Amino acid sequence: MNKDIVSIIQKDQLYNLMLKGERADGRAFDETREIKIETGIIEKAEGSARVEIGNTKIIAGVKISPGTPFPDTPDVGVIITSLELIPLASPEFESGPPREKAVELARVTDRGIRESGAIDLKKMCIIEGEKVWMIFIDIHVLDDGGNIMDAAALGSIAALLTATIPAERYGLGEDAPLPMRDIPVSVTAVDIGGGIVFDPSLEEEMVANTKLTVISNQEGAIAGMQKSGNGSLSTDQINHIVEVACKKAQDIREKFLEI
Amino acid sequence: MTDKPEKFIDENGIRSDGRRANEIRDVKIEVGVLSRADGSCYLEFGKNKVMAAVYGPREVHPRHQQKSNRAIVRYKYNMASFSVEDRKRPGPDRRSIEVSKVSREALENQIFTEYFPKSAIDIFVEVLQADAGTRTAALNAASVALADAGIPMRSLVSACAVGKVDDTLVLDLNKNEDNYGQADVPIAMTPDGKITLLQMDGHLTPEEFKQGLEMAQEGCRQVYELQRKALMDHYSKKTEVVTEGTTAEDVKKDAPEELEDVTPVEVTEDTEETEKIDDTNETGVTKETDDTKEPGDTKATGDTEDTVKAGDVEELEDSGEEVPETGKNADETDGQMDESEEETSNE
Repeated sequence: MNKDIVSIIQKDQLYNLMLKGERADGRAFDETREIKIETGIIEKAEGSARVEIGNTKIIAGVKISPGTPFPDTPDVGVIITSLELIPLASPEFESGPPREKAVELARVTDRGIRESGAIDLKKMCIIEGEKVWMIFIDIHVLDDGGNIMDAAALGSIAALLTATIPAERYGLGEDAPLPMRDIPVSVTAVDIGGGIVFDPSLEEEMVANTKLTVISNQEGAIAGMQKSGNGSLSTDQINHIVEVACKKAQDIREKFLEI
Repeated sequence: MTDKPEKFIDENGIRSDGRRANEIRDVKIEVGVLSRADGSCYLEFGKNKVMAAVYGPREVHPRHQQKSNRAIVRYKYNMASFSVEDRKRPGPDRRSIEVSKVSREALENQIFTEYFPKSAIDIFVEVLQADAGTRTAALNAASVALADAGIPMRSLVSACAVGKVDDTLVLDLNKNEDNYGQADVPIAMTPDGKITLLQMDGHLTPEEFKQGLEMAQEGCRQVYELQRKALMDHYSKKTEVVTEGTTAEDVKKDAPEELEDVTPVEVTEDTEETEKIDDTNETGVTKETDDTKEPGDTKATGDTEDTVKAGDVEELEDSGEEVPETGKNADETDGQMDESEEETSNE
């Protein structure tokens, strides 16, 4: 079936619902779908998490191993984030190297963790200039039910919070939990004909022109943002999304991530 | 790379490069600098040097990418290996893929893609020297190059970044401020205030962000004036050359009077005027003539016709409300559409 045509029909439907203040799945505009997080599901990984937001399912795995630091930052650990949109998750995903959508998702996830200073990377240095811990965050999308962005960010931080540095395996002392300092949480909203809805479902994502992701940290400050999609947003819309997103992030953090 | 300075802003509120917090760097814009491209722009933003070229609307390769109801827009941001201190490995990396994606999305909606089904509009931007803020510089150049190519647009797009150093919000970060600053927020905006690109990394409170967004918008407005001026200067210069150097009477007869009369208001309110402009556009001028600079060239109408387009663009931006604007745009760009179809068939 032609995706473009379906989404024009759906666009009408979702737009009309929006005018009535409703969403196709009955949620309020700022209501997120049910979130499920399960950590430690992959024994071989140093940290792992499975996240479901509505129909969206992802698995994030963290591997940690010693490696060489970058020459310009010789005394800090390295974070490498990648995300794959494998064909298992959607008829629209194809195998092969990551396309721009996957690259963007991975980079925004990375940005949230890096810029919020979630990991104390100074403590991840083993020998300055020679050996540091490398943290690989890999996100596998299993089912695309919309809003992969928030699921990916949530999965990666949940996996990191439960990750262990495998020092014993490399003869570098005792195993220890990752030195975590902050818990960034990503909240995404889309614009459907002027109405702003949070945590978009797949249909909503398909018909929306513009998407804004806001990643905020524990103290309610913004650590990262990304506008995606070819539409535009007004200043008021942006400020509204920022305000609600910071509040939502706090709720999600308290409910799922703070122990 | 220089080390982190102790202070980014001195007690008088002056930044390391002599600017105040709300000042942008010097901008230099040259329009129509490449001969083969349909539109081009060379732009310097401080020490950033970027070159943008626009090709199209043209045939789509590979063909399966083509859309039956609109043109596709492709944007390629590429950094030269010598543009940065440590040689950059040539070719696309994850960063440039992301920058290309968000930049394309920032421009796409401003282009009347529905006028060119089954075709492609290709935008290429080469960063020749990078000094913080390359994506905004690239976007500014691309926007001017699109106008130079005569692609019908709703408006130009202007971009500028705001950031935070020493807990103070500053406009348009320089390299040092970017490397060691606390936040970086590149934005792009249309003259009527719609935000088409927004990214952010670092640390900002929602209050700071709100304030920063306003500062960045002010920056974008300044850039917009410069873009507009560069386009105006370029095309009015061409018109002068044409009128002075041409012996052929028809050029004078045809275009200049109208050109001088084309002020935003008149074009919109006087339908006859609009029709006349359309006539000019339908003279079957091919794109090559835009690059002809010799005075006395018989095809010189091409130049004047472009001036009309430049005028159109500004006019669109000056008008306030959205709904009537779209209507107007549709009318005015009809002529341009015809012309571009001719272009395609001529090829």
